[in-house]
Parts: sequence; C-alpha cells; structure tokens
Amino acid sequence: MTEFWINMGPQHPMTHGLWNMKVQVDGETVTDAKPEIGYLHRGYEKIMEVREFQKNVVLTDRLCYVSSITWSHAYCLAVEKMMGIETPERGQWIRVVALELQRIASHLMWLAAYGPDLGLLTGLLWALRERELFLDLIQLMSGARMNQNYPRVGGVRNDLPDNFEAMCRRSIEHFLEKVDNEYQRVFQESKVFHMRTEGVGKISAAEAIDWGVTGPNLRACGVNVDLRRLDPYEVYEEIDFEPQVWHDGGAGDSYARFVCRFNELRESCQIILQALEKMPKTGPYRVKAPRRAEGEGYAKTEDSRGEALFYVIGDGDDRPYRVKIRSPVFCTMAATPIMLRGNKLADSVAILGSVDVCVGEMDK
Amino acid sequence: MTSAPLIPNLFDVCVVLVLAIVWVIDQILYALAGLIPPLNGLAQWFDPIARQRLGMGLLQSELLIVLITWLIAVTVMVIWATLINLLTMMWVERKFYSRLQDRYGIMISIWSLPFWPFNRAHRPTHRGTGYLQNIADGVKLLQKENITPRNADSAMFHISPVLIASSTLMIFAALPWSSGFYVANLDLGILFIFAAFSLAPLGILIAGWSANNKYTLVGGLRAAAMLMAYEIPMILSVIALVFFTGSLNPLIIVRQQERTLVSLGPLAIPAWYIFSPQILGFVVFSVSMMAEMERIPFDIPEAEAELVEGWTTEYSGMRFGLVFGFKWLRMIAGAALIAILYLGGWSGPVFTTLSVGGVPVPIVPEEAWFVLKIYLISVVFIWISWSVRRVRIDQILNIGWRKLIPYSLVAIILAAAAIASGLWAVG
Repeated sequence: MTEFWINMGPQHPMTHGLWNMKVQVDGETVTDAKPEIGYLHRGYEKIMEVREFQKNVVLTDRLCYVSSITWSHAYCLAVEKMMGIETPERGQWIRVVALELQRIASHLMWLAAYGPDLGLLTGLLWALRERELFLDLIQLMSGARMNQNYPRVGGVRNDLPDNFEAMCRRSIEHFLEKVDNEYQRVFQESKVFHMRTEGVGKISAAEAIDWGVTGPNLRACGVNVDLRRLDPYEVYEEIDFEPQVWHDGGAGDSYARFVCRFNELRESCQIILQALEKMPKTGPYRVKAPRRAEGEGYAKTEDSRGEALFYVIGDGDDRPYRVKIRSPVFCTMAATPIMLRGNKLADSVAILGSVDVCVGEMDK
Repeated sequence: MTSAPLIPNLFDVCVVLVLAIVWVIDQILYALAGLIPPLNGLAQWFDPIARQRLGMGLLQSELLIVLITWLIAVTVMVIWATLINLLTMMWVERKFYSRLQDRYGIMISIWSLPFWPFNRAHRPTHRGTGYLQNIADGVKLLQKENITPRNADSAMFHISPVLIASSTLMIFAALPWSSGFYVANLDLGILFIFAAFSLAPLGILIAGWSANNKYTLVGGLRAAAMLMAYEIPMILSVIALVFFTGSLNPLIIVRQQERTLVSLGPLAIPAWYIFSPQILGFVVFSVSMMAEMERIPFDIPEAEAELVEGWTTEYSGMRFGLVFGFKWLRMIAGAALIAILYLGGWSGPVFTTLSVGGVPVPIVPEEAWFVLKIYLISVVFIWISWSVRRVRIDQILNIGWRKLIPYSLVAIILAAAAIASGLWAVG
C-alpha cells in the first residue's frame, strides 16, 4: 500500500499552538507519527540567566499562557528553596487557592479545545463561558486575566481582597452545578463521545513511565502519582483530596485521560473550598527575599499538565547562574507516536486533544 | 380538506407576468411606430387585440413567449430557493446555534449599510437581527481572488463547484413547494431528485482529487467511501415507501397524505406516512439524509479538526462560497423531501380560504405550511449537529452497513407485509 505523510501543523486547526505533527497514513490508518517542535522556542533558560530572581517571575508566567500561576509558582518555590526562605502560612494558603483556580481555568481551556477537536463547537463556548468565572476570580485576586505575575519569591504579590471568599464560593457553587448537569451530559455521557475516545490512543503504564509521561496522562494509565500527595509542597498535606486515578479497565486511552482531567475540575473545587475554610484569616502573606543568593534549589510541582520542575543555581549574584525547566508536555509529546500508531487519522485529533498540549511550555 | 396553494400554477402565474411585461413593451413599440412606421407590424404581433382581429392564435401559445415564460419560471424558482430560502436558512442556523452556545450570533442591522438612507449617524449598526450578514459575506467572497493551486488539475478543479452547484439546483426543478408552485411535474420526480442529490459526492471526489492537496484528497476519498453507506439505505427506505404510495410523483404522494387517518375526539391524526409502518423507514431516511447533507455527526469529508477544511480546503473566493453555501440548499432540499415523503408535505391543518371578489385566497397557503415544516425539520437537524461530535469514517461505515441497511430492509418487509395483508391500501 502507498503511505504518505500528512503535516498536521504548524498551521492547522488541530494544533493548539505552533507545532507540527507529521503523521504517516496508510489510507485512513496512522502508521507512524513524528512530533516536530521548536517553532515557539524562546530560549527561556538562557534569558532567565540575565534577569534578576524576582524579575524572572514575569518570564515564567509566559511559559504557559493558560497556566501562568502554576509555572511562576514552581519557579518561586525553587528560588525560595535555594535562598532558604519560607513563605508565611497565609501566603502558602493563598498560593494553594491561586494554583487550584489556575488549574481549573487551564483544564477548562483544555475542555474547550477538546470540543471542536471532535467537532463540537458548542463545547468550546460552554467551557469558555465557565472559564470566565475563574478568570474573574483570578483577576479579583491578582488584577490580571492572563500572565498574572502573582506569585513572588517569598510569597504572593498581594493579599486576597475582602470579598474574595464569598465570590469564590458563589462561583464554585455555580460551576459545580454546571459540571454535574450540562458538562456531564454534553461531554461525558454523549454516546458519540464514547465512540470516539474509548480504546483510542492507548499507552501502557510501563511505556508511559519509560517516556516520562506525568500528571493526568499518567494517572489515566492507572498509576497513582500526584505530587501534591507524593511530595507535598505548600500546605497540600493539610488538605484532604483524592488524586484522580483511572482504576477501571481500558486504562491509558483518550477516555481515561478525559475522565481524569474532568474529575480534577471537581476535585480542585473541593480543594479551594477547603483552603478557604482552613486558611488563617490574617497574617503576613510574603517575606522579604534576599537580592543575592548562592546555592542550588529545585522544586517539582503538579502542574495542570504533569510534573513541572525548576532547578535553579545561584552563584551569589542577583540573578541565577543556571535554570533548568522540565516541561511535562515536552516529555508527553515524545510518547505521542506510541499513542497514535494504529489508530485512524481522525483519532489523532482525539488523542492529541486529550493529552492537553501547551506549546509555550513545551518549546520553552 | 386542506389549504389551497398561493400560486395555483407557477407557469400560469409567470405567463401573466410575461404578458404584463409584453404589454408595456407593446405600448412603447406603438409609440415608436409613430416615428418609425415599419415597427407597427411588430407591435401588432405583440398586441393580443390586434392578433385577434388578424386571426392569429393566442399570444401565450407563441414559442417565443413560452420560452421566456419558462426562463422566468426557472428564475423565480432559483431566486426563491437560493436568494430567499438559502439566505434565511443560513441565518436561522447561525442564530440558532449561537443561542445554543449562549451568545447572540450575528447582529448586523440595516443601519450598517454604507449608503443613504441607511448610513445615518447615531443608529445602532450592530444591534439588529443580523440577516444582512450572509449577504455581506457573499459580497466579500465575490471580491476575493480565485486561487488555483499550482499543480492542481485546473479544469477538473473548476468543474467541481459547477457540478455541485448545478446538480443542487437541479433538485429544485423537480421539487414542488406546493400543489401549484413547481417548475416541472415529473412522474418520477422523487427518483430525479435522488439522482440529482447523488451527483454532488462525485463533485466532491473530483474536487478532492484535482486540488493536489493531501487534505482534500483524504476528504474526497472519504466522501466516496461514505457514499454507499448512506445512499443505499436512503433509496431502500424510499422503496419501502413506494410500496405504500405506488408512485414516485411528489404531488401524488402528498395528495395521499391529505386525508385523516383517525380521529381521537377533537384531534384528527392526518394520514402522514410517519404514522404508519413507514416510521422505521423515516428514521433510516432521516439519518441517511443527515449524512447526505454533510451535517456534523457525519460531516467527515470536511472534518475541519483533522483535514483543515476537508475537500474545500483549496477553494477560495466565490467558488468556496458556492461549495460551502450550497450545503444549506441541499439541507433545504433534504428537509423538503422528508416533509413530502413522511410528514404530509404542504398539507396543513387550517383550510380557510378567503373569497376576495370571487377569487379564493388562502389565509394560510400551502406554501406557508411547507416552508414551516422545512424550517422545523432543519432546526432539528441543526440542533442535533451542534450538540454531538463527529463520528469516524469506520464508524459511519459501520452505522451505514450494519444498522441502516438492515433496518431499511426490515422497513421494506414491513411495508410489503402491510400491503399484502391488506392492513394498508396502496395509494
């Protein structure tokens, strides 16, 4: 049979960002795939070496534009470890709230993008409609909808506004209602959706671990790994939550990945509610960080897409000597050919949509 | 009893129109004949009174007048179908799915027109109904450059939109809008409509192959692979219907449904074929029609997620507008077919006619009922297609071969059994 390569990108509706998935098809069946990345490489690790520690937060915001806070938080955590300072307790709780709000916003962006991937534009607009609630909350908290620049080395930029708790509860209540009714029906219980996602894009747990797949994509393979539980940072150990792991059969397919992420929406809401409950009502939210530091620090956090790692070395100057970023999507992307092979061409969209690609952090 | 058509006969209405135009021309000719005497003979040829005096036949039986009348009749149908119904259907779809998605949709108002008397200051230009948006889009497409890919088979590439557009318009030659509003009354009208319907996938295949693009190629081949999976069950379910109707003439099929099947107190159930063993055929026909219309669960030839825009990727300018916009025309035709075959066509529950000077004028004419049914059916299709995802090529083949074809065969057996046992009489 004649096989040919199809470029799914760099300008293609399937790619959520600037990258290229070369797919070799035999008729409709995918026989091979090659992710081509690097279109959005901005040289983050190098740029960060010439900027001061505190000023790098602005850069790390732009690593992933739908999940800014989680990335700048990971960087701040690494620098704090290097400097040997610790965020005050209220600051840590505020960070948890911010992280989970950002996780919901990021997952909703993924959910929105996963709609048109399978031909459901209504899903895009519904998910973006509810994302607006969380962007409003983030704006209330940090003053910006995108690239919030909220975490700081040593805490967060500002305290929560007065009415934040009430607004947060109201939004989450409304959102959970939408999730349980509308989203559940349109996204999860749709028969066509099951037809399109179940059994496609399978990857075994062993292969996923070998290729460095992390986060919801690995939990969908049935591996219970969540850094918020395994290696708790901030105050996650005081919070009672259940990492969303796929336990049933058919692990590692697009549907499992969908369900893990989808349930994380609910789980994150519960975390936020708990955090609002347990957080100290007053107190400092930030400590003064030294300008110069020497040493090494690394922090790994549970980003919306997997394990985000920052490794920062300081040589006594006011800017890092070396920064290393581990992007979860970069590693997941290497495993996508395994998921794609043997599936239909149309499934490549269903698979790549379910792994939640963010090109900004992938290309760094 | 049912309602009456607003247009008793399209040809007769057009003859009146033509004769009126001819009268105006005739008066001009008579006026000119005062200056140029030889024109008098021509003017008399066009003058019905003079013809009568000279012993010539009726003006409307002259070949020239008949030809002009047919041209006008066809033009009226094309304008009615494309300029009025196509634009309205696009507007209905865009507004309806926008509402499904919690947004307003298109909102251009008439005050946004850039010329007097609409370009007045302080008028809200974007707070209207948005009906003009599709016209604006069409004008924009007309202004755009028509690009032919360098290595494309230019002739085939340009034939394809013509084939698709003309075959879609051919449907409306045989498709009646009421018992009087039609261009041609064919004995095998339904068969002709299906033949015209099935030409478009050939155009899609040609378009996909000739554009020399991998996306269009895959899209075109998908259309070809899909064709069998839904055309066969669609024709088979119509065969089941023909057991009942005994005819393929849409006018006769509708007339058969104009009686009352059973009266439940004040509620009279009409003898529509959906209220018969044909209900199975109706379901199969509707699902296949959805694939025929290329609406979302089955629009895999132009799956925009993986194939950019499928077989239409390389088209630009008004050629894209034609292949894209005529989808709605096919949707209108498909909905009209469903209405004619299963939902009683233009037969409506109100049958009041108003007598104006001895001429009966229907209050709610048949055309109104038919258009209402078409739009309701289309809205249901739109609703479905904006609430579900797209199926895969192998899944639609499975649905077609494993579900729709067996069901349509069962529908044939049911229909044959109902006729053979005498439960249902032919016609």
